Amino acid sequence: MRILPCGETALLVECAPEQVASLHAALLASSLQLADVVPAARTVLVRCAPSLLTSVREQLEAFLSAPLPPAPAPAPGTTLTIEVRYDGPDLERVAVLTGLDATDVVAAHTGRPWRVVFGGFAPGFAYLEGGDERLAVPRRETPRTEVPAGSVGLADGYSGIYPRSSPGGWQLIGRTTAVLWDAGREPPALLRPGWWVRFVAVER
Amino acid sequence: MSLEVVRSGPLSLVQDAGRPGLAAIGVSPSGAFDRTAFARGAMLIGNDPALHAAIEVTLGGLSVRAVGPVTLALTGAECPATIDGRVAAWGRPFLLDTGELLTLGLPRTQLRSYLSVAGGIDVPPVLGSRSTDLLSGLGPPRVTARMVLPIGSPPMVPEELASAAPQTVPEELVSAAPQTVPEELVSAASERHEGPPPPPTLELLPGPRTDWLADAEALATSWTVSPDSNRVGIRLTGTVLERSPSRVGAELPSEPLVRGAVQLPPSGQPVIFGPDHPTTGGYPVVAVLTEESSDQLAQCRPGDLVTLVWVD
Repeated sequence: MRILPCGETALLVECAPEQVASLHAALLASSLQLADVVPAARTVLVRCAPSLLTSVREQLEAFLSAPLPPAPAPAPGTTLTIEVRYDGPDLERVAVLTGLDATDVVAAHTGRPWRVVFGGFAPGFAYLEGGDERLAVPRRETPRTEVPAGSVGLADGYSGIYPRSSPGGWQLIGRTTAVLWDAGREPPALLRPGWWVRFVAVER
Repeated sequence: MSLEVVRSGPLSLVQDAGRPGLAAIGVSPSGAFDRTAFARGAMLIGNDPALHAAIEVTLGGLSVRAVGPVTLALTGAECPATIDGRVAAWGRPFLLDTGELLTLGLPRTQLRSYLSVAGGIDVPPVLGSRSTDLLSGLGPPRVTARMVLPIGSPPMVPEELASAAPQTVPEELVSAAPQTVPEELVSAASERHEGPPPPPTLELLPGPRTDWLADAEALATSWTVSPDSNRVGIRLTGTVLERSPSRVGAELPSEPLVRGAVQLPPSGQPVIFGPDHPTTGGYPVVAVLTEESSDQLAQCRPGDLVTLVWVD
């Protein structure tokens, strides 16, 4: 792992993709005086007051020299069940790309729990990983200008759900009625890093 | 008490200290772009910049009428400001009495002005903030004509305003009577006529991906602020920056972004992120502005020349 500079209020820790979830969890549980911990694909950003940057960097170096605890297993109450109607416009395309048939794509997507690793793109959008490796498909060559809210997609080994209608380039395999984002709800995001999702196929 | 918006100008937004700490769920920090000018305005009238919201006025043009006597302060990009035709104070607290109309003209230089109101603009907060986030749409709608902006109760009256009870016009305002222009405005005005200020110099610190630049020194030059700039990001045009040969064609998985991050897209024309930045981005961040320079960035207008310099 490397600590990279990122201005007067942040440091970027670079790690292996499979270390992001455990590093994020370990930093949240640490005694470091951090204002924010933001995970991404292969990095975790830590933010602090400018006056603390030097000491946070030193503490972070010491923290990272010790072995990371393994990523926590799903804790009770942190696994969500999300019902999906698997009738997305790209389901057939995903079947072709993966060499599976559509039924197998659904079985693969619902077969294993997915871990919420990081957010981004839009409030409430979360990148889910840890599902069936066979579902690693590229983004669409031409993004859609409008993807309906609740669309469930696949891209680059991740699965994700569009919290609201927006442009998007993921391969859409289905749709859920779950409310991913509600600014009036506490917490507003249904999916938060560290949580797990199990997809369940429904007819409608 | 409230302010009735008569004219909004090109873009006026309610802004406060923003929504820090929610980036992990995809929420930008948002908040006042020029935090220094915003905080100065808050302090002038006894507001707490961590709690109270102001109006961020882009390129002047805002006109508001007081519904009830309100104490205000103007900071940031200096616009000609009048109260029913007489000159309003800049950078000092003043009173806008019931029915009086405050009108901001066009700033000669810079971009963002802050109208702070004692008690703060009291629209309903969203996720702990009254800031409008132009990227995600969180927070109040942008300020438009005929909108009535509620004002919170002033938390405390600063000493110099203790005498400024509704019916009593404070002394410094008496001197600002229609025909009398305060001395500092006269000198400020004459300074303005001495020609445009030198282009701002923005300070760069190394970013996580500085090594993706073929020549880091090539970034430290003069750039023109593109018209395609907003609170999400300021685009710069100028020399086309090259990626280091080992990074050509390489892909970078999305990384978290910060305000002031200088990103290098494939076009080779840098983008510097503002308060409404996306929480993650897939192009390399080759530098990050100092906090002070990230405030100064708020005042760079499309067409302005800015100079970037490495520090540290």
